[in-house]
Amino acid sequence: MGAKTNKRITEELLNQLPDDKGHFGPYGGRFVSETLMPSLLELEEKYLSLKDDPTFRKEFDKDMADYVGRPSPLYFAERLTSEVGGAKIYLKREDLNHTGAHKVNNTIGQALLAKYLGKPRVIAETGAGQHGVATATVAARLNLKCKIFMGIEDIRRQTLNVYRMKLLGAEVEAVTSGTQTLKDAMNEALRDWVTNVDDTFYIIGTVAGPHPYPQLVRDFQSIIGREARAQCLEKEGRLPDALVACVGGGSNAIGLFYPFILDEEVEMYGVEAGGHGVETGKHAAPLCAGKPGVLHGNRTYLMSDESGQIQGTHSISAGLDYPGVGPEHSWLKDMERAEYVSVTDDEALAAFRRLTLVEGIMPALESSHAIAYGIKKAATMRKDQIMIINLSGRGDKDIHTVADIDGIKV
Amino acid sequence: MSRLKNVLETLNAQGKKALIPYVTGGDPKPEWTVEIMHTLVEAGADIVELGVPFSDPMADGPVIQLACERALKHNTSIDDIFEMVKSFRETDKQTPVVLMGYLNPLEIKGYENFAIEAAEAGVDGALIVDLPPEEASSLVPFLNENNLDSIFLIAPTTTDDRIKYICDQSSGYVYYVSVKGVTGSATLNVDDVAKKVAQIKAHNQIPVGVGFGISNAESAASVSNVADGVIVGSVIVNIIAKHQENKATINSEIKTLVSSMRHAMDA
Ligand SMILES: Cc1ncc(COP(=O)(O)O)c(C=O)c1O
Repeated sequence: MGAKTNKRITEELLNQLPDDKGHFGPYGGRFVSETLMPSLLELEEKYLSLKDDPTFRKEFDKDMADYVGRPSPLYFAERLTSEVGGAKIYLKREDLNHTGAHKVNNTIGQALLAKYLGKPRVIAETGAGQHGVATATVAARLNLKCKIFMGIEDIRRQTLNVYRMKLLGAEVEAVTSGTQTLKDAMNEALRDWVTNVDDTFYIIGTVAGPHPYPQLVRDFQSIIGREARAQCLEKEGRLPDALVACVGGGSNAIGLFYPFILDEEVEMYGVEAGGHGVETGKHAAPLCAGKPGVLHGNRTYLMSDESGQIQGTHSISAGLDYPGVGPEHSWLKDMERAEYVSVTDDEALAAFRRLTLVEGIMPALESSHAIAYGIKKAATMRKDQIMIINLSGRGDKDIHTVADIDGIKV
Repeated sequence: MSRLKNVLETLNAQGKKALIPYVTGGDPKPEWTVEIMHTLVEAGADIVELGVPFSDPMADGPVIQLACERALKHNTSIDDIFEMVKSFRETDKQTPVVLMGYLNPLEIKGYENFAIEAAEAGVDGALIVDLPPEEASSLVPFLNENNLDSIFLIAPTTTDDRIKYICDQSSGYVYYVSVKGVTGSATLNVDDVAKKVAQIKAHNQIPVGVGFGISNAESAASVSNVADGVIVGSVIVNIIAKHQENKATINSEIKTLVSSMRHAMDA
């Protein structure tokens, strides 16, 4: 690829991103109605002053260790590796975090910001319910009022998490507008925020939304990649050859990728939800099949039709069922630094079953997308090569979905 | 001089305020929109705000969300909106038309194409809800080149510095969003509005339209006492929602409502 040379990402370039208006190249930015602008500017100012503040960092690190249980292990999946017969497969065990997914890394960070900003109420959108649970969890702990917006279609798919949020004291609002999934939950959360902006902090669950959210969520989630990098160096004496993570909005993926961006020899694969297959149009793979557009406060690859209306998405996994993606991924795609691929519902399900049987680890259906592609890719690699797959969450919440497919009532 | 500026200056000279009703283009059917626009003018509208429907209207409450859904059931696109304005212009050459919508349909169409075709159709200005002036440099130069006004929003949360910045970027008028919230959600407090409009006008020349929460003749009249323009949306769209099957009723009820506002404002 001749173009690759001038797409090289230098340390200097990386440190300039996002720019002061939140841009990653042409992507990102702050596309919201004026009512929210002053809050976003305030949040940006507060975040920039706190992010390197020793007291803030100490609080965050302490919670990561004592409340979340970090560092999460980097686990060598020995049996899976020998079955696949290619690269050594390591799993970054975000499923072992408190609340069962990577989402809590971010909610702890943002709840701390809410505390510093003196906001007594938090809101969040959720798809799979993992971010909703992680938000309700930190809200309980910090004694914040909490309201979670969730599409009614997702409420049906993720009943267990809905009940968990309620037990944690959160109010769960069923969103019935539009396609009744994650994007509509985000619309509704934005409508709530614009109404209650004085006392409310919006805890966005992924690296999307208006600036500074893509930046601050990335920073909080980068603990995944920093740990994985150090753990790999310790166990193998060198960096991995490939990283694999699923991409919904892209927070677990950017969390793993970001600390490796300057390590040019490390390949990065983001796995989108192929649904019934990208060629059928029933999928949630904007980086594979979309084009740049503007939604939910940022410019990014998006699934929209020829007149600019946002298209409905499909994925077996509620957490990936979103028509947009974080703007930094759009930039990494254009820079050819990361490659974005997709796997279908069926492939993800097969990976869910396989990891459960072979390693005794039940992955979330979101993470199963990463496992499915990781297995395929590892098989094409040499045995002395190393792959890290981000196991972003555990699969307990998906047992209902899988049982339904098996025709079993649980 | 732009048609918008002309109308606003004429009204000002007469000591009158602008009545600016909003309807979503294509709601409930694309074929009915032009007649509804004419009805608005007959009832006393000075400027018409025509909504470009969007699948994800994040700043709108349920009333306008549903209007978008009805319009999108007929696949109403920006091109269809341009056709409506063209057809409106066949008999109405004076009344300014401002398009109001969200950015993605423009982004997909292309900003230059949007501006050229809008001007050709007879559009006078654009107000893009999710486009603050900081991000508008991809659109505004094309609007300027085609003599279209750029209308930006000011909110109750907007600070003095930003008010100045936004007014400097705007032409035609600025749109003061009178309540924190989505369209159709709450009723405004006239005293608060008066204070904020005075704050805007203290350092800026541009006319100020006030919208959100104006739901009847009384609120229209009281806002017109403190602002240059009164923008009315959800109550009108509600009439359309209620009588979706009956064009004659929609037009007669809209006419009654809008004329009552006109009379109250001029009294
Ligand atoms: C376990 C898990 N992985 C991944 C995702 C997708 O989000 P992101 O792409 O932001 O990591 C979710 C979202 O709900 C999730 O619950």
